[in-house]
Amino acid sequence: MPRKTYVAAIQEALSEEMRRDPRVFLIGEDVRIGVFPSTRGLHAEFGDKRVIDTPISELAVAGAGIGAAVTGLRPVVDLMFGTFLYLAFDQIANQAGAMRYMYGGQTKVPLVFMAQNGAGSSAGHHHSQAVHQFFMNMPQIKVILPSTPGDGKGLLKSAIRDDNPVLFLHSLSLGGKRGDVPAEEYLIPIGLADVKRAGGDVTICAAGPTVYTALDAADALAAEGIEAEVIDLRSLSPWDKQAVLDSVAKTGRFVAVDESFPTCSAASEWAATVAAEAFHHLRAPVQRVTNKDVPMPFSPTLEKAVLPSAEDVIAAVRRTLA
Amino acid sequence: MHHQGISLDVLLDIYTCVLRIRRFEEEVSRLFRQGQLPGFVHLYIGEEAVAAGVCATLTDEDTIISTHRGHGHVIAKGGDIKRMMAELFGKASGYNKGKGGSMHIADFDIGMLGAIGIVGGGIPIAVGAGLSAWYQDSERVSVCFFGDGAANEGSFHESLNLASALNLPVVFVCENNQYGEFTPAARAMNICDIADRAAGYGIPGLVADGADALEMYRVARTAAQRARDGDGPTLIEAKTHRRGSHAEGEEAFLAGQTYRSEEELAAAWAKDPLLLLHTYIGEQNLLPAEQLETLDADITQSVREAVDAARNSPDPKVESVFEDLWV
Ligand SMILES: Cc1ncc(C[n+]2csc(CCOP(=O)(O)OP(=O)(O)O)c2C)c(N)n1
Ligand SMILES: [Mg+2]
Repeated sequence: MPRKTYVAAIQEALSEEMRRDPRVFLIGEDVRIGVFPSTRGLHAEFGDKRVIDTPISELAVAGAGIGAAVTGLRPVVDLMFGTFLYLAFDQIANQAGAMRYMYGGQTKVPLVFMAQNGAGSSAGHHHSQAVHQFFMNMPQIKVILPSTPGDGKGLLKSAIRDDNPVLFLHSLSLGGKRGDVPAEEYLIPIGLADVKRAGGDVTICAAGPTVYTALDAADALAAEGIEAEVIDLRSLSPWDKQAVLDSVAKTGRFVAVDESFPTCSAASEWAATVAAEAFHHLRAPVQRVTNKDVPMPFSPTLEKAVLPSAEDVIAAVRRTLA
Repeated sequence: MHHQGISLDVLLDIYTCVLRIRRFEEEVSRLFRQGQLPGFVHLYIGEEAVAAGVCATLTDEDTIISTHRGHGHVIAKGGDIKRMMAELFGKASGYNKGKGGSMHIADFDIGMLGAIGIVGGGIPIAVGAGLSAWYQDSERVSVCFFGDGAANEGSFHESLNLASALNLPVVFVCENNQYGEFTPAARAMNICDIADRAAGYGIPGLVADGADALEMYRVARTAAQRARDGDGPTLIEAKTHRRGSHAEGEEAFLAGQTYRSEEELAAAWAKDPLLLLHTYIGEQNLLPAEQLETLDADITQSVREAVDAARNSPDPKVESVFEDLWV
């Protein structure tokens, strides 16, 4: 199978879908040159009409995407950094997610918002936040956070074909990571988890870069004979509850690893669900491993200390075994 | 260029400031290329005259707000290059104890209320600083620096209108360097002068040559005086040009693509704010050449010392992650 980088896989998903469906177009700041390589080269193939550079106006661009979506197009709106979604919050929270329901099912909003999620490049608080948890909290917005090139491509293609608003989050820190990407056409359904490592002693649930944190922890634990199962959720809303519950039924232990602020994090939701619905299988209290509860500091030393680490995960697993 | 109505002391201050920003930024560029600085770094080379001219009209009580391209504003407001350099290295002795970095430097003691990495994010806050000056019957002026790109954010429009409606002492300084990242302003708006937008909010909009530090000073002095007199906000548009990358290392983003022509860059270099001022001072015999040379040597030396101090200062302690939380 061909091996490609994460950004190349995302670029491929965009170009394939734009070729397939003339209603699909890309709009955002500097998408022509491509601040992130994921949009690079698309302008050369698709031209001004389908790769639209905009002024720095996130609210207007997000809203324009919604307007285009309800009038027959299938926009991909690139908002660059996840933190810039805050500027477009009204259009996403009040409009995109609620529209179909609020208008009694008269319309649909086939739209993808794209943004980079999370920290890891010492860019300071304004460019280093994971934002997925805010959007998980909103009804009727789908949220995707892939960890591998193959998952990224298959999920982005599904997102573009989905008739609902989807937030596709990608990760700067994974941009250069290589992985298998099937040569033939394929889709990965939104809402389906993937077991990245099988094991019977403890279930570790993660998404995006924390999947690698979890896998590192699992490798270290394996050396001591503890076999962790690492579930990559890939989609955060809707999320594959059944995959997690099935795994916990087998392991009886649960650790949620999530790069967000701890309160109301994605991990909070996963842990609460497991505690409520797999209570009788649990042999230890559920554990959450998240960011420290502070804004993201700039210094590499401090940034590292704030993010969830493999050591944090190992410690959490030990707590479930104590 | 002319210096009518500007004392020699002020002229020397402005020149020193332009030079200090230039030498600081040149060093930062070198350090970045050597891989010594973490994160993103946006340099102010080519735009020095704007901050230098504007801030020379301000007192220590007056406040400024800055952007992702903020080192020049810190220096112009009288900031300490040692503490700034240490912050760029992410060190404990930095302005923000290593928690902010290049895009977030602040010095509240001298009225530098912070650099902000969100484009347009500082404009409303500057309105608030103007509000408090009015509320406290202070003569204080609030100055806000932002780019041409930021003038397309909703925050710009809401803030100008709010400051106008409340008649607040705010000076909005738009640094029109003609690009937001790689997008030319000409493709992001259908007007030539951002200053024209002031009319829509019922405030004066002035265009100034951002390469001419003395013109920047005069225009800013008028706007600041208007604010102090209780006559409300002004929008100043400084026509300028950044000489280097949008962010250091932009070649990686561009991957061989270009967005500015060689001719355009050459034309910009021909209007180098440091060179223009230096030439003017020489032609008019305002200051002895040796004095300018000594000044340059002193500044270069102080930048070097700032780098050495930053390198030798410790990383922040991991425990400091939990400091400076709720008071
Ligand atoms: C809200 C927001 N959108 C986008 C960005 C990414 N970004 C950083 S700098 C920049 C260009 C800003 O242009 P301008 O305001 O003209 O300032 P300049 O960089 O030219 O000084 C952009 C788009 C950001 N930091 N914040
Ligand atoms: Mg600009």
